[in-house]
Amino acid sequence: MTESRDSVTGRRQAYNFAYLDEQSKRMIRRCILKAIAVPGLQVPFGSREMPLAYGWGTGGIQVTASVIGPDDTLKVIDQGADDATNAVSIRRFFKRVAGVATTEQTGAATIIQTRHRVPETSLKEGQILVYQVPSPEALRRLEPRESETRKMHAYAEYGLMSVQLYEDIARFGHIATTNSYPVMTNRRHLMSPSPIPKFDNPKISNSPAIQLYGAGREKRIYAVPPYTDVRSLDFKDHPFRVQRWTQSCSICGATESYLDEIVMDDKGQRMFVCSDTDYCASRQHERPAS
Amino acid sequence: MAYVAVKGGEQAIEASHRLIAEDRRGDPSVPELTVRQISEQFGLAVDRVMCEGSVYDRELAALALKQAQGDAVEAIFLLRAYRTTLARFAVSNPLDTAQMAIERRISATFKDIPAGQVLGSTYEYTHRLLDFDLLDNADDAGLKANVAAQPLDRDVPRAFDSISEEGLIEAELPEPELSSPVFDLTREPQSLPAGRDQRLQNLARGDEGFVVGLAYSALRGYGAAHPYVGETRVGEVTVEIVPEELGFAVSIGDIMVTECQMLDLFGGSEDEPARFTRGYGLSFGKSERKAMGMAIVDRALRCREYGEEARYPVQHEEFVLTHTDNLEAGGFVSHLTLPHYVDFQGDLQFIRQLREEQSGGRKKEAAE
Repeated sequence: MTESRDSVTGRRQAYNFAYLDEQSKRMIRRCILKAIAVPGLQVPFGSREMPLAYGWGTGGIQVTASVIGPDDTLKVIDQGADDATNAVSIRRFFKRVAGVATTEQTGAATIIQTRHRVPETSLKEGQILVYQVPSPEALRRLEPRESETRKMHAYAEYGLMSVQLYEDIARFGHIATTNSYPVMTNRRHLMSPSPIPKFDNPKISNSPAIQLYGAGREKRIYAVPPYTDVRSLDFKDHPFRVQRWTQSCSICGATESYLDEIVMDDKGQRMFVCSDTDYCASRQHERPAS
Repeated sequence: MAYVAVKGGEQAIEASHRLIAEDRRGDPSVPELTVRQISEQFGLAVDRVMCEGSVYDRELAALALKQAQGDAVEAIFLLRAYRTTLARFAVSNPLDTAQMAIERRISATFKDIPAGQVLGSTYEYTHRLLDFDLLDNADDAGLKANVAAQPLDRDVPRAFDSISEEGLIEAELPEPELSSPVFDLTREPQSLPAGRDQRLQNLARGDEGFVVGLAYSALRGYGAAHPYVGETRVGEVTVEIVPEELGFAVSIGDIMVTECQMLDLFGGSEDEPARFTRGYGLSFGKSERKAMGMAIVDRALRCREYGEEARYPVQHEEFVLTHTDNLEAGGFVSHLTLPHYVDFQGDLQFIRQLREEQSGGRKKEAAE
């Protein structure tokens, strides 16, 4: 944080706590409050350029920077893993600019920033889950114009999405969306849960934790407050279902977690392991070594 | 095990950082570039980085270019990320470009203009032949240009003022509109429909290549533009702010800018007579291509004001304004190199399931 800088030009100074200046953080916190007050509503915010490329999690980083305090413990995951490059890089960033403690344990974290997964371990009250969101607008693929989609949200005019899901069923026999599966939040706003696999959708609903979604490039923040109803769209005769594997995790034996497929060699050998590295590791600890 | 190869990013990142540092430095037997050399000898690259980085500071822009191995967009990224951390202490008064210390001033509308045409330094009339003499350190003797002993008067009138007075050109904005607070795109999210202030800020920060490409599309056939360079001028203007505690304007320095006003024929409508309309472009430093592209796109986006049918991409405000920013664009394209194991796994499973059901269906059909 306190980088010594050239005293000759007088221009270089220490960065603020958690990088962003206090005014920016206050602006973002206000947007977060509004987002929490109206679950699922996309609140426009004055997204700042961050020292990380747009599309790499700038929204999540800005949200984290705005809510983090010196006593927080931060966990960052990417695709469920704590040791993926992007997760390592973001965790390091906050270690450097906020000096906070970091952890890989879901239970020990007060703030968890995530890309594309909800941790397998249930979250608790007092925890904040920050999602990095590339495309906040659930209707974008159906209607490219922001000016139109905002009207559709205002009128709760979501028939188009049902038609899209119905067309999938007519064509494939299933709804063809496997991630960013659209949800109805608090029975009012159609919301993209960000590109988490639909496997994780049920974990969003009625979670004791605060869930914050930040989209930097698209300049939107939205939120799901604790214990809020979040329903994945479906039809009576085609109920929502999550992915299931016939395999279990080769490392910890889990049957209930989201599995990554790992190619072992060029002869088609593969194994399946938990994408949530902390969940997998803690299960290994619990199981006595055989 | 393959599992290890895709994880454990910490060491890989560190090794990658060392590689960049090494790449950046190149052959250590070659003397290292100084920031001052870049700022002096790569002046136009510095100007572009300042313009799209939205920070007027030659030293920092040159530093960013050095750090980015000369990659303009990466340098813009560095500068903008630094800019984010700066406090905003004031909003300047509107620049008075009529009071510019002119280095270059060109009009394509009238041959003879008050105070004359000033070519200034431009590549336009150079023959684009490689100058092999530059392979060696050139002899600096005789490099001094022949410039007039006296600078041009400040307060050089616009080249097309004579027809403005006849009402043949739309008026500039009336003063009261200038005194209302200006939208600040760096602090607030874009809101559509965008006002012209938002639009011009967006284009000023927008990627030069993209803005010029859009302008090109408007000229080439995907647009109805037939513009004239009313005037392009390059020079230094004074930046003034009004500190609250003083209540009057004080100068905080001079900056070099390029300004372009394009005139476009408007055939008139039932309520409005035919006249020339304006498109406006302003960029930091000498960035004429950018300022001109910006002016053409600005005019194309004003189609609704003139009741012109918006038929082309360049006239589509939302399309243009959401795609100009090279950091937003570059970041989203490059994020594809991040792992997508989870999403891919979902799709992979889905395809397998579909194929299984399809082949099952086929077997059933064959059996029947």
